[in-house]
Amino acid sequence: MQTSWIPFVPPSASTLSGKVDALYFYLSGVTVFFTILISSVLIFFVIKYRRRSPYEIPRPVAGSHKLEILWSVIPFIIAMSMFAWGAQLYFQNSRPPDNAVEIYVVGKQWMWKIQHTTGQREINELHVPVGRRIKLIMTTEDVIHDFYIPAFRIKADVVPGKYTTQWFEATKPGSYHLFCAEYCGMNHSGMIGQVVVMEPTEFDNWLSGNTNQQSPAVAGQQLYQTLGCVSCHGASGEGGRGPALGGVFGRQVFLNNGQTIKADEAYIRESIVNPQAKLVNGFGPIMPTFQGQISEEQVVQILAFIKSLPAQGTQAEAPGTTPAATAPPAAGPAASPGSTNR
Amino acid sequence: MKAMESFEAPTPARINYLNATYGLKSWLLTKDHKRIALLYLGSISFFFLIGGLYAMAIRIELLTPQGDLLQSTTYNKVFTQHGIIMVFFFLIPSIPATLGNFLVPMMIGAKDLAFPRINLLSWYIYMVGGIITIYALLAGGIDTGWTFYTPFSTTFSNSYVIAAGLGIFINGFSSILTGLNFIVTIHTMRAPGMTWFRLPLFIWSHYATSLVMILGTPVIAITILLLAFERVAHIGIFDPAAGGDPVLFQHLFWFYSHPAVYIMVLPGMGVVSELIANFSRKNIFGYSFVAFSSLAIAVFGFLVWGHHLFVASQSVYAGMIFSFLSFAVAIPSAIKVFNWTATLYKASISYDTPMLYALGFIGLFTVGGMTGLFLASLATDVHLSDTYFIVAHFHYIMVGGTLLAYLGGLHYWWPKITGRMYPEGWARFSALIVFVGFNLTFLPQFVLGYMGMPRRYHVYPAEFQVLHVLSTAGASILGVGLLIPLVYLVWSMRYGKIAPANPWNLPGLEWQTSSPPPTENFELTPIVTWEAYEFAPAEETEVVGKFHNERVKKV
Repeated sequence: MQTSWIPFVPPSASTLSGKVDALYFYLSGVTVFFTILISSVLIFFVIKYRRRSPYEIPRPVAGSHKLEILWSVIPFIIAMSMFAWGAQLYFQNSRPPDNAVEIYVVGKQWMWKIQHTTGQREINELHVPVGRRIKLIMTTEDVIHDFYIPAFRIKADVVPGKYTTQWFEATKPGSYHLFCAEYCGMNHSGMIGQVVVMEPTEFDNWLSGNTNQQSPAVAGQQLYQTLGCVSCHGASGEGGRGPALGGVFGRQVFLNNGQTIKADEAYIRESIVNPQAKLVNGFGPIMPTFQGQISEEQVVQILAFIKSLPAQGTQAEAPGTTPAATAPPAAGPAASPGSTNR
Repeated sequence: MKAMESFEAPTPARINYLNATYGLKSWLLTKDHKRIALLYLGSISFFFLIGGLYAMAIRIELLTPQGDLLQSTTYNKVFTQHGIIMVFFFLIPSIPATLGNFLVPMMIGAKDLAFPRINLLSWYIYMVGGIITIYALLAGGIDTGWTFYTPFSTTFSNSYVIAAGLGIFINGFSSILTGLNFIVTIHTMRAPGMTWFRLPLFIWSHYATSLVMILGTPVIAITILLLAFERVAHIGIFDPAAGGDPVLFQHLFWFYSHPAVYIMVLPGMGVVSELIANFSRKNIFGYSFVAFSSLAIAVFGFLVWGHHLFVASQSVYAGMIFSFLSFAVAIPSAIKVFNWTATLYKASISYDTPMLYALGFIGLFTVGGMTGLFLASLATDVHLSDTYFIVAHFHYIMVGGTLLAYLGGLHYWWPKITGRMYPEGWARFSALIVFVGFNLTFLPQFVLGYMGMPRRYHVYPAEFQVLHVLSTAGASILGVGLLIPLVYLVWSMRYGKIAPANPWNLPGLEWQTSSPPPTENFELTPIVTWEAYEFAPAEETEVVGKFHNERVKKV
């Protein structure tokens, strides 16, 4: 839906924003209609049936079941149309597409730290290309924040101890507001920034102009060495006293309490900061906790490294269980699957 | 005005509840529900003034995009304290503790509430909670937002969280006791002939409100207690590092605080039902639908808290269920609006001040309710939550709804409460000012919200300034509109025209006794032989309230 000519509507710059605007205009239309309807009936009655003599007593009216049913059912139907439209749009967009480019976001009082899988890091700025699906994997170092891009009509809280995700596909180059929308303390209104949407070629230039930084997977590999993970999980994640990590991301893992769990971001994060919580079947509680010893950004880097590990030969997996977006560690910068044209 | 004369009060020198006993002690130890209502009236007016001053500071600060009047920490404390004072110490007790306290026994023909001592206790509890909260404000203030979200409130805030929490915790018991008192009173103390379906709708709405008070308030007490334990002893319930969950706090908080919205607005709906019926001399269209819609709102109100968490990492399916239920709860409110409007059909409508407030309520509540649909709808809520849109929405319900109903009710029952009339000209004028000022304050905020302006922002991008200036201009008009009644109501207590027993010539029981009423409310226990809102024809004024079944016409 093209909305740029309408006043008081923020820039519309994602594939979602036009759809949200269409629903918004429907809701606004119904609201204006009913407000005018009720106000005019009210004003009409108030003038027409004004008290003309202090002794006037109107004839009582008993009410009408027909009318009651009518004005319960009609609003209910209208309300359900709003519910269905809003829920369907929300549901469609709740699950990020499998081929989305992943970008990590860590909020902290009072800034946004962003890492591209190719190594670029930004603070309070997010550069993205037009026409590519971008998935944000987000968490926070401290309190709850909220990553809000009005021009894309998306918003999601970032919650301590969790990864939350949201995704978008930008449609129009430009620079748009990035706000923290959950009150987070003193400098909440300063926790703002810009989302810079670029044409794909421009974006690729931007990427190649910023290659002096390590990709999160490479940084994670170094942490994997220095923190000593390597001694139990093996130099390339082949396992040992600890479970094998190669190809584990996205797979079902058997736990020693008989349950299975999907090894997603949240489970891997929990296994780093609170390793005893959900032990893999066959392994003892020997891993120390890294709670408070590494930052959320470092957790994200280790996560990126684990995601990048190739599956072990002995644990061949069914195709499709690993998200396509994981980049092999040695591939270096610009290996994001969305940029195969390079 | 023959109609009035037949119910003219005895001379004002008569003994009534105001002059029956004298001295501070007779007020501070009173068990009379009417005097307790006045104690509450004084206290909540005091808190309303404080909350209003904070609102002024917010609006003046937001005149410019820079943070030039207040520092960020101060601004954060100001909006937090505006919220805490207005929600817990003004809006929640406003109508029930003053008008409800005064009128529930009078409308059902009782001498007092069921537990007069508990009623007095509830005022003392309210005052203790209020004083502790004032201490928190003076000692250094609180900056968590009135919502106290963890882990900011438990770990990161350096302000007086425990003191303010303790004030709210204690204050909650006053709510519970008031609710309990109303329920028992309405069940057991109705005058002979006052059957459930002869009750004024004010009573039905207070009954529904009381249910929410006694079922919901314990949950906020537990939540604040957990918050305090977490902050002091770090028990870990809201801390993911210890296996807890910060979002659990939001579930607990909104499990009370969403129903609390209905604690605030249901009594207002009750007042408006009274005003609409009485100032148009018509029985409420669809009485039972209006009565049961109050109960439906009270019940459904407990099932919609999750719509505050659509962007807070709640599951997609939970979001869809809460969205559905939130749309469902809109229907009983819509039913009320349609029935109020239909009541005016072929009525005899007077333009007295209380009616002006009631009409304003219907208009503003309609806008407030309809804009709630934007927030119940998932896809639009993602964009609108935590923006000025939601600020505008809940002010339309809380100020456009509850505050207007409260002012309307206060004017309507003022002659009964004080024995004096308020000055009608000034009152109409200020009602108009309030309506205009209110809309100018909050309409621009809907626009700001859709444009993406987040709430609780001290500093904001310059493109939002024009709308903020409009809003501040509106707020100053609204402020003037609210100061005028403060002046003339106080003035009228001494200099107002002496009010007759039944200045509006109405059948309600509270008007069938002198103004102000005697301590025991009625000289003789009334026997009710007429339906609610049954108005007598002019030539039969001496039998006001006699049942005229043959006059009831089906539409």
